[in-house]
Amino acid sequence: MSEKTTPEPAAPAGKHAAKEPAADSPMQASPVEDVASGVVIDTAGGNIPPSAVPSSSQSGSIRPGPGDSLLRQIFTGNAMVSLLSVVLAIVLGGILMAVTNPKVAATAGYFFAQPGDLLTEVFRPYAALVQGSIFNWAGTDTAAQLYPITETLTVSTPLICAGLGVALAFRAGLFNIGAQGQIIFGALFGAYIGFTWHLPVGLHLLVVIVAGLIGGAVWGGVVGLLKARTGAHEVIVTIMLNYIANFLLLFLLTTPAFQRKGSTNPISPFLDQNALFPELLGPQFRLHAGFLVAVLATAFVWWLLNRSTVGFEFRAVGANASAAQTAGINVARSTILVMAIAGALAGLAGITQVSGTEKYLSGGVAASIGFDAITVALLGRSTPWGTFFAGLLFGAFRAGGVAMQAQTQTPIDIVLVIQSLIVLFIAAPPLVRAIFGLNPRKKKPTQGGTAGSKASGVKSGAAA
Amino acid sequence: MKLELRGITKRFGSLVANDHIDLVVEPGQVHCLLGENGAGKSTLMNVLYGLYDPTEGEILIDGKPVVFKDPGQAMAAGIGMVHQHFMLIPVFTVAENVALGNETTKTGGFLDVEATRRRIRQISDQYGFDVDPDAMVEDLPVGVQQRVEIIKALVRDAEILILDEPTAVLTPQETDELLDIIRQLKRDGKSIVFISHKLREVKEISDIITVIRRGKVVGQAEPTASTTELASAMVGRAVRLTLEKGAPRTGDVTFKVRNLTVVNPNGQRVVDGLSFDIAKGEVLAIAGVQGNGQTELTEAILGVQPHASGSVTLDGEELLGRSVKQVLGAGVGFVPEDRTVHGLVGTFSISENMILDLYDKAPFASGLGMKPSVISENAAKKVEEFDVRTPSVTAAVGTLSGGNQQKVVLARELSRPLRLFIASQPTRGLDVGSIEFVHKRVIAERDHGTPVMIVSTELDEVVQLADRIAVLYRGRLVGIVPATTSRDVLGLMMAGVPAEEAEASVKAHAGTNPHAVPEAAGREGESDV
Repeated sequence: MSEKTTPEPAAPAGKHAAKEPAADSPMQASPVEDVASGVVIDTAGGNIPPSAVPSSSQSGSIRPGPGDSLLRQIFTGNAMVSLLSVVLAIVLGGILMAVTNPKVAATAGYFFAQPGDLLTEVFRPYAALVQGSIFNWAGTDTAAQLYPITETLTVSTPLICAGLGVALAFRAGLFNIGAQGQIIFGALFGAYIGFTWHLPVGLHLLVVIVAGLIGGAVWGGVVGLLKARTGAHEVIVTIMLNYIANFLLLFLLTTPAFQRKGSTNPISPFLDQNALFPELLGPQFRLHAGFLVAVLATAFVWWLLNRSTVGFEFRAVGANASAAQTAGINVARSTILVMAIAGALAGLAGITQVSGTEKYLSGGVAASIGFDAITVALLGRSTPWGTFFAGLLFGAFRAGGVAMQAQTQTPIDIVLVIQSLIVLFIAAPPLVRAIFGLNPRKKKPTQGGTAGSKASGVKSGAAA
Repeated sequence: MKLELRGITKRFGSLVANDHIDLVVEPGQVHCLLGENGAGKSTLMNVLYGLYDPTEGEILIDGKPVVFKDPGQAMAAGIGMVHQHFMLIPVFTVAENVALGNETTKTGGFLDVEATRRRIRQISDQYGFDVDPDAMVEDLPVGVQQRVEIIKALVRDAEILILDEPTAVLTPQETDELLDIIRQLKRDGKSIVFISHKLREVKEISDIITVIRRGKVVGQAEPTASTTELASAMVGRAVRLTLEKGAPRTGDVTFKVRNLTVVNPNGQRVVDGLSFDIAKGEVLAIAGVQGNGQTELTEAILGVQPHASGSVTLDGEELLGRSVKQVLGAGVGFVPEDRTVHGLVGTFSISENMILDLYDKAPFASGLGMKPSVISENAAKKVEEFDVRTPSVTAAVGTLSGGNQQKVVLARELSRPLRLFIASQPTRGLDVGSIEFVHKRVIAERDHGTPVMIVSTELDEVVQLADRIAVLYRGRLVGIVPATTSRDVLGLMMAGVPAEEAEASVKAHAGTNPHAVPEAAGREGESDV
C-alpha cells in the first residue's frame, strides 16, 4: 500500500484522486473477527501519547521568528522528501521488526543453507500489513479479499477530513493543533441532532452534517477570533481548547441529555437511522458514504485554495501578512474565516465518526485523529490532495497494523513507530537527502551567483 | 598586507559567477569593486572570505598562496569582512558582540569582557569611532552598528577589510562619516576593498576602481574618470544619467493633506501636523533622513496606521479612517518602501503578485472564483510591457532580482487608472539600468496627469524626480521648496534648519556669487546616478 500511494502526493493535485477510491466490486460476508478488530483500530490509537508533534509546534510558538519559517519549510517541503521519508521509515521499521523477532534470529542461524527462510520471516510482517490494508489474498471469496481496502478507506475518512483542516489553516500561516477539539465539537453537535431529532431520510443526515460543520467552525473560529482580536497564539489556544472539548464531552456523556437510557457507560444513544451515512457496499462492510464526503471535501479545499479569492487571501496572509495587508486584504477577517473553515473540516471528521463508523457518541470518538491529522497534513505538505493520500496511507497503516499483529505477533505499536519515523524524517530534510545522496553540495546548484544561490541551490539540488 | 587574486573562477552549475578575475589590493589602498547587482562582486568576496571554494584560481597574501576553508581561516589570515547585512546580536552589548567567537578568558574559563572593552575603547579612540562598549546594539543607529562590525574586524587584527555595499543602509551624513573612517584606516596602512554601485562615493573614496560586469573584470579606472564613463562600463552600454523630463503641466489640486498627525504606541507624534497639496501632473518629493516620519506618513494615507488624525482628501473624498481596500479602490497606487516585506509575496508566482490587490476584481475574478487564464495572460502582457526578466510568469517572485521585483510592483500599481500615485523608496537597492526604467515610468505617470508623491531618502533621486520638494524632520514639515534648491540647502533642511535660514547660511558660506548654488545643484543632478 505504502509504495503504491506515496508517489501520489508528489503528483500535481487533482487528477488521480477521483479514481482511487472506486475500489468497489461485488462482495459477500466478512469474517466476524475482522470487524471486531476493526473496532479496536479506532480506539487502540487512543493510547498514542500526542506529544511528538505538539511539542514541535510549541517550539515554534516560543521562537516566532525563525521557528515559524522552519515550520513552514517542514510543512510545505519537497514532495521527494516526503516520499523518501516514507520509504526510509518502512525500511527502518522492517529492520526493527527483524531484529526483535526471535524467528528471524532462528532462521539467521542457517541463513547460508536456506536464505529464503530468513527473508520470508523478515518480510512476513509487511506482507501481513498489506494483507490487512489492501488485499487479502488468503480470503475465501471476493468480499473477504477486498475487505481490507474498504477498512483502509473507512479508517482514512476522518483522518483526511481533519488533515485538511490542519493543512488549510497552515496555508494561512496558522498552526492548528486544535483538530482534536474541533472533531469533538463537530461530533457533539452532529450526534445530538442525530439522536434527538427525527427527520426524513436525506434531510436528517444533511442537518447532522451542517450541525457538525457549525460545531467545528465555532470551536475553530473562536481560535481565529482570539488570534485576530487579541493576538493570542493559536497553538496555545488550540491546545487548551482541546482539553476543554475533551472534558466537556466526558461530562456531557454523563448527563441525561446525552447518556444512553439505561446505560451506566458514558455513551450516547445510537443515532437515528436517517442520520447515518449510507453504507456504500452493503452491511458486511463498514465503508460508508462519509468517504465520498471526504473526497468532496478534498476537492473543495483544492478549489478554495487554488481557485477562489478567499483562498488567495488565505495564502497571501499565510505567506506574507504584511504584503497582504498592504494589498488591502483584511488579515483579521482571513484569520477568523480560515480557522472557522478549518474547524468545520475537522468537525466533518467528527461527523464521519458518529454518523458513519461508530453510530453513537462516546468519549473516544476522536481517538487520536486530531493529532494524527497534523502528521497527515505534514506528510501531505499541506496540499489538499497530498493530505488526501497521506490520510489513505495512515488509514492503511492502522487497518493493516491489526492484521499484522494477529498474524505475525508483531506488536501493533510498530505502526506507530513507523508513523513517528516518517515525521522524524520529514522534519529533517537534509538527513533524508544525505542518506539518498541528494546532498546539494555534491550536485552543484544551477542558478544564482550571489548569496541567494546557496538557498536556491538546496531547492534545485533536491528537485533533481 | 598585499592581497592578490589570480584567475578566480566560480561556477554554479552552468552559471559562471566569476570568470577569471584578477585583482591586486596594495596596503594603504582603497580598491573599489564597481558593478551592478548580480555582477558577481559579492560572490568574489565570499570566495575570498572562505565561504565559497573557488572553482579555479588562487589567492595570494603577501605573495604566498593561501587556501581558506572557512571564514575562520580567512580571519586568522587577517581578512575582515563587513557584510551588507550586519551579523550582530541585537540584545548583546557592543563588547559582547565584539567578543563573540573570539572571547578572551580569565583563568577558570571566565569571560574577560573588560579586556574587550579596553580594546574597543582603544580602537574607538584611535579612529574616532565614538562607540560605547556597553551600549546595547539594538539601541544603536545603523551607522554605529556598522562601526561595531568594523571594530569586530579590527579587534581580530584584520589588515584587509572588505566592505560589502556599506553605504546601502546609511543616511548621507552617516555615509560621509564612514568615508572618513575609511580614510583613516587607509592612512593606517590597511588594505580596503570597497564594494558599491554608487558612483559618487566610489569616486570620492577609491584609489583604484575595478569594474566588474557579468562576472568578468571589464576594466580598471582611476577615480578621476567621469561618472558617465564609469556607469557605461558598469552597465555595458551608454547610460543617460540625467532624467529627461519636461516641465510639469499641472492641473487642479486634487490631493490635500491637512494637519495630519500620527501618534506611535509610545505616545510620540511621529507625524506632526503635516499639511500639503499635490496637483495633477506634479511630482512632490518627500525628502528627509530615514526615520523622520516618512513611513508613518505613507502608512497613514494608505490606511494601515490606526492612530492617525487630521484629514487626507483625494478629489474631495476623505481617505483617513478607511480600510486599505477602500483607499486602493479610490484610485491610489502604492509602491511600499520595502518591496520584499510589504510589496510582494515572495513565494507567490509573478502572475499572482501582479494581481495582489486586484485579485477579487473583474476581470480576474467573478464572484468567489478566480480566472487563472486571465491572470496569467495579464501577467504575460505586463512582463512584456515592464521588461521583467524572468523565464516564466509562474516563477516565484522571490527568485527575481531586486530590479525585476520592483518592476513587478510597479507593473501592478500602474496597471489600473490612478488618481494618486505614491512611491516610497522606489529605487532602493536597484542597479543603474533599473533606476533609469523606474524613473521614466514615474515621470510617465506624472505626464499622464496623476498627482505623484515620491518618498525618498536619496537626495539624488529627490532632486531628479521632484517638481517640488517637501522636507521632513522629526515628523514635521521643514518646508516645501522648488526642485532647483541646492543640495546644501536641502541637506541643512534635512537636519531641521528652516528653508530661509538654510538658504542664508549656504549663501554666507558660498561667498558673494548668488548664482553659484543653483548651478552647482544642476551639475550634481546631472552627474549622479
